[in-house]
Amino acid sequence: MQSAQRKYNAILTGNDAVAVGAKLARVGFISAYPITPQTTIVEKLAEMVANREIQARYVEVESEHSALAATFASELAGIRSYTATSSHGLLYMHEMLHWTAGMRLPVVMSVVNRALGPPWNIWTEQTDTMNQKDTGWMQVYCESNQEALDTILMGYRIAESEKVMLPLMSMEDAFVLSHTSEPVSIPDQEEVDGFLPPLDLKFRIDTNNPMGYGSYSTPDGPFMELKKDMIESMKNSKNTIREVTRNFAEAFGRDYSGLIEEYAMDDADYALIASGTLASTGKYVVGKMREAGRKVGLIRLRFFRPFPDEEIVKATKNLKGVGVLDRSVSYGSSGSIANEVKSSLYEKSSIPVTGFVAGLGGRDVRIEEFEKMFDYIEKGKTGNYFIGDREGN
Amino acid sequence: MVELILAPIAEKSSKFNHTDSWRILKPEIEYDKCIRCMICWKFCPDNAFEISTGSSIPSPNERTAKLEAPVINYDYCKGCGICANECPEKCIEMTVESKKVI
Repeated sequence: MQSAQRKYNAILTGNDAVAVGAKLARVGFISAYPITPQTTIVEKLAEMVANREIQARYVEVESEHSALAATFASELAGIRSYTATSSHGLLYMHEMLHWTAGMRLPVVMSVVNRALGPPWNIWTEQTDTMNQKDTGWMQVYCESNQEALDTILMGYRIAESEKVMLPLMSMEDAFVLSHTSEPVSIPDQEEVDGFLPPLDLKFRIDTNNPMGYGSYSTPDGPFMELKKDMIESMKNSKNTIREVTRNFAEAFGRDYSGLIEEYAMDDADYALIASGTLASTGKYVVGKMREAGRKVGLIRLRFFRPFPDEEIVKATKNLKGVGVLDRSVSYGSSGSIANEVKSSLYEKSSIPVTGFVAGLGGRDVRIEEFEKMFDYIEKGKTGNYFIGDREGN
Repeated sequence: MVELILAPIAEKSSKFNHTDSWRILKPEIEYDKCIRCMICWKFCPDNAFEISTGSSIPSPNERTAKLEAPVINYDYCKGCGICANECPEKCIEMTVESKKVI
């Protein structure tokens, strides 16, 4: 964070913060279906619409599939649109996630990371969004309520960039952020208007000029070229993300440093890669271990899509070992972030990589467990480890 | 590197996407038996039936001659045969369209 950081002017839960973010982004359309722990986001927005604090149409639907279908349609009509969901609701949107990205619609959605059943569990875990990593949506994992608010504003700027035109989902950890109040600095509407111009969708639906939207392609048609263009745009989005993050820092004094955040990395020998609020505990542990003279650091992964491979290679260049903490599972493989980190380092680095899976179903990842992870990394233990289960791992 | 994105949008709407080449069997209405119930029009999954008021269309009697008649737009008919199956008077015949058969 830069020294020019503004004074806090509100105390908000993560969910209230993203609702305020959507309001400041002047969204013109909201459609959502309630699911714990997302509900209070859309409750807040419904209240704002009812009180005419926000000039938007709020459409209640019967499912998450319909919520994103309605959001898709309004975005295609050229209106900045917003929705929010969590866990099973996000899985129910899966088909429409592909449609929104494939149709190149810059929707921004908030997702509250929650575990998937069975058994039913409403606490935080990232498997729900890791399941959506191949849908063509950009993914940001937030660490604070302030970042959750700011990411809505940056998110629309990035998504609506002419070189990107892909949707973005912004994540908060269930309850740890969504229902926990923190001091937040709410920017003025005028400042936000200066940062985020109105949406001008070039190919919006026009009844006077009917066109075929997402209609049909034979194998010889433009299908593969359209997919290639999405791959290119996802690549291009990295530069846009770096640029927009910089512009945001200039305008609002809060610097999120692009796709990753480095903490105590300057002279570190060993580091842990973590995301979301686990990174906060990780930073605290790094601070404690630094006091004890151990040269450790932390890399907080903000963006998972596009994956910051160049950043990871650069940040780990001088390390002797790195660990990756996943709060999600992929049965029959290792952690999703660990896999991507290993793939990024392949042929570019020979440092040992240790994979950790911890905190499933919202289980606390305690200080001792972080210390254990750093011990493993320092010992150069490669492979994958399950941390914090009842068998005492 | 592309400067602007490529979106899956066709300049022409799907109206220009003729699907008649999919057809193997062609429905043909025997108008002198057609009672103008419009059930074929209602059931067509491709909206390939149009409504005509033309008086030149043959009709079983004077009363039906005054009613609107279903007319098949063969640009969009895929030959599924649902109309022939649903027709209460069995006056839609599915015939092999030899020119379409490869």
